[in-house]
Amino acid sequence: MTLASTPTPSRGLGSVSTEHTGTARSAEIEVLDVSKSYGHAKFAKTVIRDCTFPILEGKLTVMIGPSGCGKSTLIRLLAGFERPTSGAITMRGKPVTEPGRDRLVLFQESALFPWMTTYDNIMFGPRARAEGGSEPGRRAEFLLDKVGLGAFRRKYPTQLSGGMQRRAELARAMINEPSVMILDEPFRGLDAMTRKLMQEYYANLYEETRRTTFFVTTDIDEAIFLADQILVMTNVPAKVRSVIDVNLPRPRRLEDVIENDDANLIKMRVLSLLHEEAMKSFARGSKAAADFIDAYSKRIRNPS
Amino acid sequence: MATIGAFTQRAAQLLVSVKFWRGTIAVVAFILVWEIASRTGLSQVPAPSGVVFTFNDLMRDPSYWFSWYLSVRRVFLGFLAAMLLGIPLGLGMAVSRTFSGIVFPVFEVLRPIPPLAWVPAAIIFWPTQELSIMFVTFLGAFYTVVINVIGGAQTIDVRYYQAARSMGSSGWDIFRRIILPATIPSIVVGATVGIGIAWAVVVAAEMISGGGSAGSMGGAKGGGLGFFIWNSYVGGSYTQIVVGMISIGIAGYISSALLRKLGELVTPWLRDQ
Repeated sequence: MTLASTPTPSRGLGSVSTEHTGTARSAEIEVLDVSKSYGHAKFAKTVIRDCTFPILEGKLTVMIGPSGCGKSTLIRLLAGFERPTSGAITMRGKPVTEPGRDRLVLFQESALFPWMTTYDNIMFGPRARAEGGSEPGRRAEFLLDKVGLGAFRRKYPTQLSGGMQRRAELARAMINEPSVMILDEPFRGLDAMTRKLMQEYYANLYEETRRTTFFVTTDIDEAIFLADQILVMTNVPAKVRSVIDVNLPRPRRLEDVIENDDANLIKMRVLSLLHEEAMKSFARGSKAAADFIDAYSKRIRNPS
Repeated sequence: MATIGAFTQRAAQLLVSVKFWRGTIAVVAFILVWEIASRTGLSQVPAPSGVVFTFNDLMRDPSYWFSWYLSVRRVFLGFLAAMLLGIPLGLGMAVSRTFSGIVFPVFEVLRPIPPLAWVPAAIIFWPTQELSIMFVTFLGAFYTVVINVIGGAQTIDVRYYQAARSMGSSGWDIFRRIILPATIPSIVVGATVGIGIAWAVVVAAEMISGGGSAGSMGGAKGGGLGFFIWNSYVGGSYTQIVVGMISIGIAGYISSALLRKLGELVTPWLRDQ
């Protein structure tokens, strides 16, 4: 059973959204032939294999893939919490081997320190680096107001709602002015309404600073709404299946994207890719299912 | 003024609640049954009425209060030593694999020995009887504190470490601002359970050791609450036994309540609002 793993050029999508054709945009982070396995010899489980992609400077790159495909592992490698088994991750030419303030992560679940108030949480980074003076405090106040938590500076995380906790965590990261923000399905646990609001909120935040962002999600609408570029992943072991540029105008507004034709075309493309990948993990080992996928994928590629 | 109003309002609410009356009637019924059983000879346990009279007499007896003082001192000092020694030891074992490799095996071998089994050895080893008893209460609380501290420190979410390291924390900063605060709730749990064990242990330790050297100063009633109970039994004042039991119950309750309050003060983030 063979399925082409290279992206086929998509037709009829116009110039607004295209499969990636290679540009001269500079990469802030380069992931080159990275593989990651856990365990030894026969019992090794390869989670990422020969994965290569750039994270473009000043752009919001979204990675989307079926559950369990290795996205969270990739995040740990990018952040420097773990190292790849082979291959290299470099940031502006220098290898990424350790965690650092230039790459801060927002996890799926709140990692706010429960024993500290919102203000103390936000001030954690500057205090850790022994930054003295009144500058950090002023930045903290500014960010508190910016994320709308000025009135909650003395509250503890358990006293904040889910959305508020996420915003507090954003402020905690932003005060350190990281070069790259890495977010691992940050809005996953929120209710649908709050989630939509946070998406728009975060898009605005990004548009203000244009900080290089790497955003992982399983929600296609979220991906298209936020992204400048979407990386569609295969199922485990993870590899980039397809790179899709999203050239929707900024600032992004939810109403505009919902009605936008090009956005919907991208959505269908991503949906079919993801479906294929998800089906593969579903059908692993079954010939009948594999044949089904074969037939199904052929239909998607050649809509009659 | 506002608080008095609130208080009387709460009291009024209490007086009309079914829960309150159920509980009160149950307790009163229990005391009545006990009284009747004792009077009619169904049970040898001294009657509540007798207990109340004896309690009254004892309240005026300084040696009774001296017993209180002795028991409380033995528990408190042993408990304090357990905390002062146990918390650093537990944290050390959680943080350093080398340290844990050296200390934990010894700790785990000694732990199954019940603190009370140590009483004779403690009497031989320690220069004074007071120290022997305090050593036993120390042991009662110590193991619990250490186990809880280790457990608390080892179950800290790894993402806290990751976030802290990303933001530039040094090892010492992580210890001071992540590990220590994250372990405090477990320390409180260890302390609350530990002091309960210390109370259980002190009573028996006093019975065994005959009230300690200080006991001779207090006389028959003044060697600590445990000794007081034992001596009352030997001396045949059975109502005093019950008074002693109730006293220990009250003492234990007060220590737990105090510790709980302290625990709440020290963990403001756990208050629900």
